[in-house]
Amino acid sequence: MSGPSSYVPKSGFTKWLDSRLPILGLVHASFITFPNPRNLNYWWTFGGILSFMLAAQIVTGVALAMHYVPNSGLAFASVEHIMRDVNYGWLLRYAHSNGASMFFFAVYIHIMRGVYYGSYKAPREVLWILGVIIYLLMMATGFLGYTLPWGQMSFWGATVITSLFSAIPLVGNAITTWLWGGYAVDDATLNRFYALHYLLPFMIAAVVVLHVWALHVTGSNNPTGIEKQSSKDTLPFHPYFTVKDGFGLVCFLILYAWFVFYIPNYLGDADNYIQANPLQTPPHIVPEWYYLPFYAILRSIPSKLGGVTCMFGAILLFAFLPWLDRSPVRSANYRPLFRIFFWLFVATVIGLGYIGSQPPEGGFIIAGRILTISYFAFFFLVLPLLPLFEKPKKLPASIAESVLGAPAPGKA
Amino acid sequence: MTPRGRILAGLVSVVGLCALAAGAHAVDTNAKGNGSYPLQAEGQMPPRQAWSFHGPLGGFDQEQLQRGFKVYHDVCSTCHSLNLVAFRDLADAGGPGFSEAQVKALAATYQVEDGPNDSGQMFKRPGRPSDHFPPPFPNPEAAKAVFGAAPPDMSDLAKARSFPRPFPLFIFDAFTEYQEQGPDYIVAILNGFTHPDDPNWNEYFPGHHIAMPKPLNDGQVQYTDGAPQTVQQYSRDVAAFLYWAAEPKLDERKALGFRVVIFLIVFAVLLYFTKKRIWSGVTGH
Repeated sequence: MSGPSSYVPKSGFTKWLDSRLPILGLVHASFITFPNPRNLNYWWTFGGILSFMLAAQIVTGVALAMHYVPNSGLAFASVEHIMRDVNYGWLLRYAHSNGASMFFFAVYIHIMRGVYYGSYKAPREVLWILGVIIYLLMMATGFLGYTLPWGQMSFWGATVITSLFSAIPLVGNAITTWLWGGYAVDDATLNRFYALHYLLPFMIAAVVVLHVWALHVTGSNNPTGIEKQSSKDTLPFHPYFTVKDGFGLVCFLILYAWFVFYIPNYLGDADNYIQANPLQTPPHIVPEWYYLPFYAILRSIPSKLGGVTCMFGAILLFAFLPWLDRSPVRSANYRPLFRIFFWLFVATVIGLGYIGSQPPEGGFIIAGRILTISYFAFFFLVLPLLPLFEKPKKLPASIAESVLGAPAPGKA
Repeated sequence: MTPRGRILAGLVSVVGLCALAAGAHAVDTNAKGNGSYPLQAEGQMPPRQAWSFHGPLGGFDQEQLQRGFKVYHDVCSTCHSLNLVAFRDLADAGGPGFSEAQVKALAATYQVEDGPNDSGQMFKRPGRPSDHFPPPFPNPEAAKAVFGAAPPDMSDLAKARSFPRPFPLFIFDAFTEYQEQGPDYIVAILNGFTHPDDPNWNEYFPGHHIAMPKPLNDGQVQYTDGAPQTVQQYSRDVAAFLYWAAEPKLDERKALGFRVVIFLIVFAVLLYFTKKRIWSGVTGH
């Protein structure tokens, strides 16, 4: 999406169009001749997978919206109507609800790939921050969408999360009432959540365009973390990366299909097949799996305001990674100590996720607090201070050299 | 790692995961064999049942669904509604497989409220296949006034009931495709009334006190197909029926899924070789 295009229109129509709107040249430069580092591994296919998931969620979501009724008295029955009476309604709904999980699964891999290979470092800070904004919008969209079936967990999850805003000093209760459109989660809440759930994916799509634009200015990072220097370091996007991304995507779709067709309720909560009942609180209120690490942080802090601050802080910290990480070396492949701390961080997040799914009692509280401290220690201690102690490995001279080996005679 | 090494590592990890899943399944099966599940705070873990609708190739057993419907019809429906299910559903593919004529005759045995008519009055008429099962009580409050607690609607019951699966079992459940916690729980509850002096004591109900007294006894429902007329058999049949009521498109889902997954695997293999061919011209790959 940047630089002059080498596109030469051939037919009469494309010549006519190109002189009026050079959109074909834009596509040609962005997705056909675009030079990608030749050493990108399969962790880089998740960008394409995420684009596919966004499109899949919008397509299934629009179809579901044609049958869904956003009314607290009818919503639950309308979802059951979709499951039972709408042609392939069960497929649309399971594809959409599991699609959300797949979307988050892919985005977590995409984020961790960025952290591992230092993709957020200069000159890719804006690209990274746009990604954090997409992630925040995704979390909001997922939360709003989970409310719509109006089951017990929808209702009580929405009640717990919206109540978090009441922790804000002075205006907290007023904000919560304003969010609810009343004095409790009710019909007005469901209606506005539905409207926003329909709106936000298109905002995500818009930020994705900016994200891809920023990506095409700097080009992709790569496993060595060094910049491309010559055309020997790159390969054109098509056919090399279209086919590689395509293969990655189809492998991912096998996993997605396994969930949709064989274990569609594995990630869901049985309580959500009971219609929302404001008079009956479920014994354990648990959010969807993709929020669990942050939910664990929220519950690990003994003060409500402190917990809410830490929870949102834990997410927002990602936006500051380019400045928290002081190492000039990007890729963890050349940072022996960072590599260890990276995997410890991944283990911490998974551990927090498990704690978040368990009732907050006994050993889980202590474990949750220890893991919360190590979560923040990664951002505030490891990233800024590690470069003082770490001796990075020698970087290859170029991407081509890392793939082909040093230019010694007889080496394949 | 070389590309070949990477593929090998991938294959090894896939085989390893399968072995792990198979091992977990074996442990799981043994555990339920001698009833040695750890007693949970909320009650005992329901024993795992063998279901015809388990697994990627599973589907409902039509005769079992017909027997299960008879148990629902003769016993459960006295107190429990089935609001989301229509009579016509009983004739749908992948269901109990009643004929259209049977469904029509069955629906006609129910009285359904309709109206208002031309004079503004609500009236009762015989049910039609397009009607939903009429509830035994006009609203949950009326049921509560009689029993002290409203019996839950049974349409989604087999998906709305579950029990926690401790680590690492819940990981293996994703690979072994264990989705039948609901029907397992229903069977456990129906067989869990083990204190003859207290009809509301239940081994598997959280807290062990269930509002519903023991609903089923041996010989209570007459089967015409020679199946044993025992609580064990009734409970399995009605749990299967309720799972169908909650998930009526299960057969269609699994059959379509099988084709989709096979297609995707073939597509992935073709893409893999295409990718290999395209990249073979690039030195170093």
